Parts: sequence; structure tokens; C-alpha cells
Amino acid sequence: MPTPKKGARLGAGPAHQRLMVAGLATQLFEHGRITTTEAKARVLRPVAEKLITKAKKAELGTVASLHQRREVLKTIRDKEVVHALFTEIAPRYAERPGGYTRITKIGPRKGDNAPMAVIELVTEDYAPTQRATRPATAAAATPAPADEPVTDETVTDETATDETEEAPAADEAAVEAEEAAVEAEEAAAEAEAAAAKANEAAAKAEEAAADAEEAAAESSSDDTKA
Amino acid sequence: MAVPKRKMSRSNTRHRRSAWKAVAPSLVSCANPACDAKHLPHRACGECGQYGARNDRRQVL
Repeated sequence: MPTPKKGARLGAGPAHQRLMVAGLATQLFEHGRITTTEAKARVLRPVAEKLITKAKKAELGTVASLHQRREVLKTIRDKEVVHALFTEIAPRYAERPGGYTRITKIGPRKGDNAPMAVIELVTEDYAPTQRATRPATAAAATPAPADEPVTDETVTDETATDETEEAPAADEAAVEAEEAAVEAEEAAAEAEAAAAKANEAAAKAEEAAADAEEAAAESSSDDTKA
Repeated sequence: MAVPKRKMSRSNTRHRRSAWKAVAPSLVSCANPACDAKHLPHRACGECGQYGARNDRRQVL
């Protein structure tokens, strides 16, 4: 038995499946909502939406109305339902760009435990949804890189600044620490202020102040070498 | 036609069947504050028939 490229075969041959889906589509347009198995609802959905699209095209007058009506009649044999589809259902969806049906799962059926679903025509008025703004993601992305160099700086401060990977930040800290060291090496308060400035440049609070003091003493020894 | 050579012992039968375990499904409480029943996730509530987020529910059943 040939199987569909997408979706389930529904335990029948191609012709039988076409008939079953046609019946489901007819009932859906007649009643607006039907309860069926989840697999049948998933097979029905694209078929029903394409039928609504044909009805919409005829309604908007872009193509010949009679041809669209005959195309739909190939699937839905009930002329009353087709008339209701073209005159009542299609105009409702003039604004909506697809997505005319909605599937809601309602759990397994008693008897054979088949997963059931409700497929219904969407009755709400179309309201375009606002997409997520990119600045929020960009703002969320920028703090993350800013945190990492700070943590690396504290690590390098603890490891006696032998690693010169953090050259710019370490140099700024070293320059200000050198000035503070020249004025008064023992003045811990000024060293903390200089460390605070260096840390503000690195977008970090006072956590690294104690480490910066150690860095100041060590950077002075490094500066004598340089 | 291939047929079993021996009768399967009661012990082997029971060992095999002891591996069949039922697992309790994980449930969520209904978003409807008036209902608050337990139901399967991503399914409509069987008690009140509503489905959706807490502030965007709709009557399904």
C-alpha cells in the first residue's frame, strides 16, 4: 500500500482515506468543531485549510469563483456545506494568513485508549502577534561577556599577573596602582579607591578590591622590572 | 511448524510478568482556579474542559 509523504495512512487505502478525510472536512465545516482521533485531526488539518484558502481566493475575487467552487466540490460533495464555506466561513478569514483551524488534544478515549483531539475553526478575530524584540536579547547577551573578563582578572591577580592575556585591563590597573603606590604605598584607602576605579572600568564591584591590593604590590615589583 | 519443546514453568512465566510495570503519569493541575483538578499536560482538563495558559484559557469541551 502506498504511504503518504506526510501524516498517517489511517489504516485504509488511498481512496478510502480520501473519502474519510472528505467526510471529516464536511463535518468540520458543517459544525465548526469535531472531536476525532489525533491522527485524523492531523491529516484533516492541511486539507481543510487548503479548502478554506480556495474559498478565500474566490471570495476576494482574484481568481474565477466558479472554478474554485468546483475544485472544492471535488472534496466536499455537499453543496450546502460548500455554499456555507464560501459565503460564511471564508469571509471571516479575509485578514488571517493561514492557520484557520486549531487542534486541542483531549486525552485518550475509553475503549481503545486512542488519543483524541478537538479540531475546530478558529473563531477569534485575527490579531497580529508582536515578534520578540531583538534589543532585549542583545542586552541579555552583553553582560555575559563582561562578566567573564572580570573573573579572569581576579584569577590573574591571584596568580601574580604572570599571564599577560589580560593585558589592557591589567595595564590600567597597574598604572593606577602605580600612581597610588608612588603617593603612599602604605595608604590602603587610596589603593582601594584606585582599585575601585580599575574595577569600574572592568564593570565589577568591590569584590576584587582586596585582590587588587595584592596586584598593586606585585605590579610595583613588575614595574621595577619593566 | 515450530512448537515449544517444553511447557513453560510457572516460575519463568511469573518472572517474565514481574517485569511488566505500570508507571504513574506525571500530571499538572488545571489552570482554571475554580477547578484546579489534575490532568495530563498539554491536554484539555477533563473536569472543566478548559485548555490554555492561566491568563489565556478557552473552553474546549
